[in-house]
Amino acid sequence: MTRSLFKGPFVDGTLLSSKKKFVWSRQSSILPQFVNKTFMVHNGKSFVEITIQESMIGHKFGEFALTRKKLIHKKKDKKK
Amino acid sequence: MFSLVANASAAVHAKRTQFSGASVKTQRPAAMPVAQRRGDLCVRAARVAGVEIPNNKRTETALTYVYGIGPTSAKAIMTATKLENKRVRELSEEELTVLREEVEKYQIEGELRRFITMNIKRLKEIQCHRGKLHIRNLPVRGQRTKTNARTRKGKVKTVAGKKK
Repeated sequence: MTRSLFKGPFVDGTLLSSKKKFVWSRQSSILPQFVNKTFMVHNGKSFVEITIQESMIGHKFGEFALTRKKLIHKKKDKKK
Repeated sequence: MFSLVANASAAVHAKRTQFSGASVKTQRPAAMPVAQRRGDLCVRAARVAGVEIPNNKRTETALTYVYGIGPTSAKAIMTATKLENKRVRELSEEELTVLREEVEKYQIEGELRRFITMNIKRLKEIQCHRGKLHIRNLPVRGQRTKTNARTRKGKVKTVAGKKK
C-alpha cells in the first residue's frame, strides 16, 4: 500500500532539526536536502555508513542497511 | 523515436505487400470486399506499434499481444478510439491508423523494456535491499526463499554431504 500523497514523505523530526548523522529511524524517507551527506544507519546492532546519492531520493534509510547477516555454511571438520 | 519505428515498420510493410502478391493471392478468392481484402494484402496481419502482429482475433484481445498493453489498457484504447470491437482483419486502414495513434500514447515494447531494465539497474547501483536481491537473483517481492523460489534461483544445486 503506497502512502497517501497529501501526507507528504515521512521523515523523523530529529533528522531535520539536528546535525546528527546517526539514524535510528529507518522508516524515514530520504529527502533531496540529504544528498551528498553521510549518515550512520542503525541495522539493529551496529551502524552502517551510507552516502546519499541523488538516485536514492524517495527511498527509505532502512533499505540501505540490511538487518540480516549473510548465511555462511560452516565447513565440517573431518575427524580421523 | 516513434517516427523511426514507424518508418521502419512502413518499410517492412511495403516489402510484405510486394512479397505476398504471388504466394498468398492464390489461397484466397479475389472477390472479397475491399475492407476484408487487406487480410491477404499483408499476410493476414495488421501492424500496430511497429512490430506487433495481432492476428484475426477481436481488436481488444489482439491489442493485448503488444508488450505493455493488457486487458485494462486495451479496453481503455477501445473506448478512447470509439472503435467497434470487431476482428482485426475487418478493420479498415483508417480505423487502423486511429488505433495506431492511440496505441502510440502508451509506453510499450522496447521503450517499456528499457524503462524496466533502467529501473533495475538503478536499484543495483544504489545498493538498496531490492537491488541486492536483484544482484543475487532472489525474489524481490518478499516471497519465501527457504523453499521454492525456483524461478529466480534456477535449478536445484545439490550440495554434497548434506545427508547425515
